[in-house]
Amino acid sequence: MAEVAINPGRAPAPTKSSRNWPMELNALAGLVAIALIFEIAGWMIRGDSFLFNAQRLQIMILQVSVIGIIAVGVTQVIITGGIDLSSGSIVGATSIIAMSFAQMGVRNGQDFTDAVFWSQGWVDLPIFMPIIVGLALGLLAGLINGALIAYTKIPPFIATLGMMVTARGIAKWWTEGQAVSNPTDSFVAIGAGMMPVIIFAVIAILFQLILTYTLYGRRTYAIGSNPAGARMAGINVERHLVLVYTIAGMLSAVAGLVAASRALTAQAGMGVMYELDAIAMAVIGGVSLIGGRGSIIGTFLGMLIFGVIISGFTFLRVDAYYQEMIKGAIIVAAVVADIYRQKRRGIVD
Amino acid sequence: MAKTILKTEGLTKHYGGIQALVDADFEIKEGEHIAIVGDNGAGKSTFVRQITGVEQRTGGRVWFDGNEVHFQGPLEARHAGMECVFQNLALADDLDVPANLFLGREKLLVNLGPFSILDRRGMRKATEDGLRATGVRIPRLDYAIRRMSGGQRQGVAIARSATFASKLIIMDEPTAALGVQETAQVENIIRSLKSRGIPLVLISHNLRQVFDLVDRIVVFRRGHIVANLRKEETDGNDVVAYITGVKTQNTASAMI
Repeated sequence: MAEVAINPGRAPAPTKSSRNWPMELNALAGLVAIALIFEIAGWMIRGDSFLFNAQRLQIMILQVSVIGIIAVGVTQVIITGGIDLSSGSIVGATSIIAMSFAQMGVRNGQDFTDAVFWSQGWVDLPIFMPIIVGLALGLLAGLINGALIAYTKIPPFIATLGMMVTARGIAKWWTEGQAVSNPTDSFVAIGAGMMPVIIFAVIAILFQLILTYTLYGRRTYAIGSNPAGARMAGINVERHLVLVYTIAGMLSAVAGLVAASRALTAQAGMGVMYELDAIAMAVIGGVSLIGGRGSIIGTFLGMLIFGVIISGFTFLRVDAYYQEMIKGAIIVAAVVADIYRQKRRGIVD
Repeated sequence: MAKTILKTEGLTKHYGGIQALVDADFEIKEGEHIAIVGDNGAGKSTFVRQITGVEQRTGGRVWFDGNEVHFQGPLEARHAGMECVFQNLALADDLDVPANLFLGREKLLVNLGPFSILDRRGMRKATEDGLRATGVRIPRLDYAIRRMSGGQRQGVAIARSATFASKLIIMDEPTAALGVQETAQVENIIRSLKSRGIPLVLISHNLRQVFDLVDRIVVFRRGHIVANLRKEETDGNDVVAYITGVKTQNTASAMI
């Protein structure tokens, strides 16, 4: 019987290009290259160092830390093969609602009667109140995202787009568009100084460890890699997706609390476009939009690249409009690079 | 006399008006390797799907390891000790070999629900043992499955089944997508299962392979079991005659 040697569809023979080269190294190389470009441009254009300025570096990392907290959750969602567009709106809703449970009763020696819950007497509440309210909101939003995606099979893009619009609506409805301010000292402390960076670091390290060393991580990668296979192996795919989206929602809520505390005021428009920045950080850091691949370390490097680019352009006094355009181009370039990589590995045609 | 590991009586499956499987009587004993052959649409895969609980049968009875069973899904069958290597492998491409071998039944160091800490070292060690026992050679265990050849992937899938199957392995066309050399590798792995006494039901189109690997050949045709042949008492032409319907046996059963 004649047998023909056929190449099994999705299993190209190992080639040199598929050697063990962690995506994180690409991101690290990119970070170093971009930082060096700004350093050289800095000396040429402004006659000053870009990197050797502690204050600039501090501002840079502070700027990206809040979105970095979101990106930790978004990374996990993308690894499962999904996407979360609702993060920025969850930041808006949690910041304004949590802030209204964190207002002082007295401002400049006078009763602060503009407080949202003044008539209920809910002012000067203990710090755990706004935190619990904020986290519960994020949990609820993430739970709804996850349940919609897992049980009704709505594409993640659509389900979280719905939450994006809804949560923004809630943020505006809460105070009919009014900003909420005058937070208690303990609430201000959440985002004071380098606190956002510390909170980000704790969350990022925690989830890097969880993704690497626990069942949760194993399931997250398996589902992104082969959902049908994961189900056949006995993984409850639906329940796990709900958990991943819930965690992403809660991390957005943490970012909302930090952002509100830092700004000393909360508005319905807070966090607009944060979701896209967070997705961009992950993709730049080598997290594949197809699912199954990526790490928090990669996203952290993506976050730093993001920070270097923003503060680099500001340092070179490039107009904010151009910054936005260049940022957009970088996001598209990162996605194109991801598709190209997958193509080379024979995953997409 | 060896113990019967799997037995079916009158196993039947209708899809609407189509009778995909009719009154299949089948039996496999401990240590036995049986091939199921037949043309496309003869009912081979339907038969396997009813046994493993991937689908629910229209009628008939199934006994596994001495108990009458009605598996509601492949997971239940797996828990009972019956492993199935599916055509599409069901491996997670981005995970490495130990992660795939233990997918869905990870060894844990500390049980914390979904956040339980994995026993990575233990799983790696057990993977090395499992691969060695099955004769599967994989150059690097920490490589993602994506980077392996078709034969290596099939090897991992079979090793996964062999590591956990306490009672029976079912393979649906394990070499259909493989080249000559890789097919030979997989066949060697299947031989090693025989020497370990693990019973096997092998669905295959490749008669050369069937005659090489099994003790008994069961022929399906149009939803019926039309022949139950000892390897020594038959040959390729004979089997083909049954497959195409040129020849029929009087007893439409695969009992021993």
